[in-house]
Formats: sequence, C-alpha cells, structure tokens
Amino acid sequence: MAKKSKKNGKAIAKKNGHSDLTFLGWRRKNGRVGVRNHVIILPLDDLSNSACEAVANNIKGTMALPHAYGRLQFGEDLDLHFRTLIGTGANPNVAAVVVIGIEDGWTKRVVDGIAKTGKPVTGFGIEGHGDIATIAKASYVAKQYVQMASELQREECDIADLWVSTKCGESDTTTGLASCPTVGNMYDKLIPRGIYGVFGETSEITGAEHLAKARAINKKIGEKWYKVWKSYQDDVIEAHKTDDLSDSQPTKGNIAGGLTTIEEKALGNLEKIGRECKYIDVLAPAEAPRKGKGLYYMDTSSAAAECVTLMAAAGYAVHTFPTGQGNVIGNPIVPVIKISGNPKTMRTMGEHIDVDVSGILRRDMTIPQAGDALIDMIVRTANGRLTAAEALGHREYVMTKLYRSA
Amino acid sequence: MAVPQLLVHDRKDTVGVVVIEGLKKGTDMLCVVTHDNSSFKLKSKMDVPIGHKVALTDIKKGDTIWKYGQDIGVAKAKIGKGEHVHVHNVKTKRW
Repeated sequence: MAKKSKKNGKAIAKKNGHSDLTFLGWRRKNGRVGVRNHVIILPLDDLSNSACEAVANNIKGTMALPHAYGRLQFGEDLDLHFRTLIGTGANPNVAAVVVIGIEDGWTKRVVDGIAKTGKPVTGFGIEGHGDIATIAKASYVAKQYVQMASELQREECDIADLWVSTKCGESDTTTGLASCPTVGNMYDKLIPRGIYGVFGETSEITGAEHLAKARAINKKIGEKWYKVWKSYQDDVIEAHKTDDLSDSQPTKGNIAGGLTTIEEKALGNLEKIGRECKYIDVLAPAEAPRKGKGLYYMDTSSAAAECVTLMAAAGYAVHTFPTGQGNVIGNPIVPVIKISGNPKTMRTMGEHIDVDVSGILRRDMTIPQAGDALIDMIVRTANGRLTAAEALGHREYVMTKLYRSA
Repeated sequence: MAVPQLLVHDRKDTVGVVVIEGLKKGTDMLCVVTHDNSSFKLKSKMDVPIGHKVALTDIKKGDTIWKYGQDIGVAKAKIGKGEHVHVHNVKTKRW
C-alpha cells in the first residue's frame, strides 16, 4: 500500500510538476467550488432532529445532520451556533438545504444566512403544524432539491479553488515523525499555488506556542494569535482545571501511543504547517477567512469532530487528518482524508486510512514523496473518490458549545 | 538504508522513538536522526512498544527532556541510557 501511494504520488508530481494541478468540482453561484454535491436536511435545534431524519429517510440522496443543541443559547455561544449552521449550509460541498426548526424565527435566520450564497434553501417551523405535516411539506421540497442537484455537472477547476483544512487526532509519536510532516509538506507545496489552508487546536499548541507565534505573517497577527492562546489558558484551563490536564491532554490514546506530555504532542501537531507557510490571520471558531488565499489559524477545540465541524462551517471543502493510533472520524459534508505513519495501525485498522506513510519510519519513503502521495489523494478525493470515512459511514457533526444554555 | 529501530528528530534530543513493533531488551538498535540522516547504535535496556521513547543518554531527576530540539518536560526520576521514557518517569512542565 505504501509502495502504491508512493508511486501514485510520484506519478502525479511528475505529470503535473505541481504546476497544472486541476480537479473536477461543482462551481456554486457565489464562485466557491465544492467537491461533493450534498442536499442536506439541517435541524435548527435538537428538537427538530426527528423531523429531519424522517425527511432524509423519505427522500433518497438527501442527508440529515442531527446535533445536540440550539435551544436557550445566548450571546457569543448563540452566535457560534448560528455561524456553524449557516456555514454548514453555505459550504460549497452542499448544493441545497432544507432547514427545520421548532419555531419560525430562528429557522428563518439560518435560511436567510444560507440564502446569501445564492443556493436553494427553504425553512420549516414545526410549531402550529406538528412533525407529520412538516415532514410532508419538507419532503416535497427536498425531492425537488435532490433532483435539481443530481443534474448539476462537475467542471475542471484549478487546484487554487480548493480549500483544504487540517487537524490531527489520536496522535502518537509517529504523527510527529510522519503523518503531520506529510500534511506540512502538502501545504508547503499547495499554499504557494493559491489554496486556502487552516489549522487550529488551541489547547494542543501548548508547549509549542513560541514556535506557533513565530509562524505568523507579521508581528501583529502573531500577537493576535498569542492573545487567543493565552485567553484559552487563563479563561478555560486555569478557570476549570481540578488538578492538572495530564489525563485529558495528552489523551489515554496518545499515551498508549507513546506521547508523554502536552509539549511533545504540541510539537508533533505543529508539524502540520510545514517549513515555509506563515498564517495570515486568526479566525474565530467557524469564521470564514476574509484575507484571500493562504494559511489561516482557527481558534478551535482539539476534539476531532468539533474541530472538523467548525472548519467545514468556515467553508473548507476537503479535510486532511493525520492519525497515529487510528482516529475513525468523518464529517457529513466534507471528505476527511486520513493519513497514518503507524505500521501497527495500518495492520490492525487500515480500513480507516486513505494514505499510508509508514514507509517514512522504515526510511523507504521521504517526506516530500509522502507529501506528493497526499496531494494525489486530495485530487482523487476532490474528483469523487470516497474516503475511508465516507465509505464506512462516518458523519460526525458536533457543535462547539461555549457555555451552559440559559 | 537498513530499516532503523529508533528515530531521533534532532541532534540535541535526549530521547528517540521506537519505530518497529516488538522491540526486545538487548537489541543493538540502528538509530537515525531524521534532521540530518546521521546514524548511531544504541542498546535497548528494556522491551519497548512501538511509538514509545528510549533515553539516548543517562538522565538525572529534574533534567529537561529534549525532543524536536525542544523542551518536552522534566524527568521525575533517574533514567538510564537505553531505558523506556514515558509518563512513569517524565512529566509536563505546563499543567
């Protein structure tokens, strides 16, 4: 498998020389390009999950995105909830959206936010109608949407139209040696080609904050980053820790894989941004980038599903996910490409991994070769190849909750 | 190049990572520094699982542990060269 990936990586690098990389995607009305063509049934709140799942069951080819929250939230936490829902619907991997909420007001707010992209979106409130009538009305609309979406065609797009996010999980010492530097090498090659990138995981930079701060494009952005990191240390960790975080960060899985301290984990984590890239801005959770092409930092949790959900809501269309011990995560709307350098993980649960870079540990694969193999897999995935997570049905969609609801 | 048993990120490091499954005590390990491709030999003093660390030098209690050429924590016990380095003898300096 490693041999095959290596060969494919070499083949595409040779063929394209990274100079004319293209993929087949769906160009949306707002100019963004998607690599999937989902019609989603999006609940405003936990209470509307059942109706959404019923619609998705009625209308084949649509997908419900159940989640746990949406009631009695307020302030920044509510803003983040809306930003995540609207961003999910606005993501270019989504062709059309049906929104269902318990009441009309907040449902309309989500519909209006998604409608700004120009894509078809309709909302339904349950109160005053009940689930059954709502499901029937929403199903008629979902049917129209899925038939419309099924006729949309892919077109050839430059690699610069691709937004690629990253976050690692179930890390071990092999992620710092192999899979994270593979992502870093990909960014070093594709960021200069004009893609948008993003990394995050605020708590997991602890121990490498001096290095992360120094990777900002300028001092002002570096200070902006440091403020976000420091505020997490003070407002979350110091305010809530009971003894220390040694049982949570690193996780039990990380420790089983050989990682001993948060510093060691952070240094491996930061390998994902390569040697050359500088981040050009610091984003709030689920905030869409506004400064044009380049690498961004997003303030996120290090919990895999929360982080990938936030990056998808910011508009990223493909996710690269290095893992050591074998995180099985997927996302409903964004293909999550998993990369592992751990030969034991490849042997015991290889069905979850898309790019095998264990050759790096054997010294029969270099990091630039691994980077090429990943670029090859990104292009193939963008063109339609289902990731391991998609084939296995992983659709983790998890809201980030900032504090307790009212 | 022969397949190494241990990879080390940086010349400054005091620990390396076992990269094969089933490493046995007494193995004369081929160790490669990934930063510059230099190599050296080191005898493992214990069975160490893949992904876990081995001390490259004798480490005293209170010494900083170096990996990636960076500080990754502090030794909370004496660690002999070739011995297993993990949560039983190293702790974060952060929390």
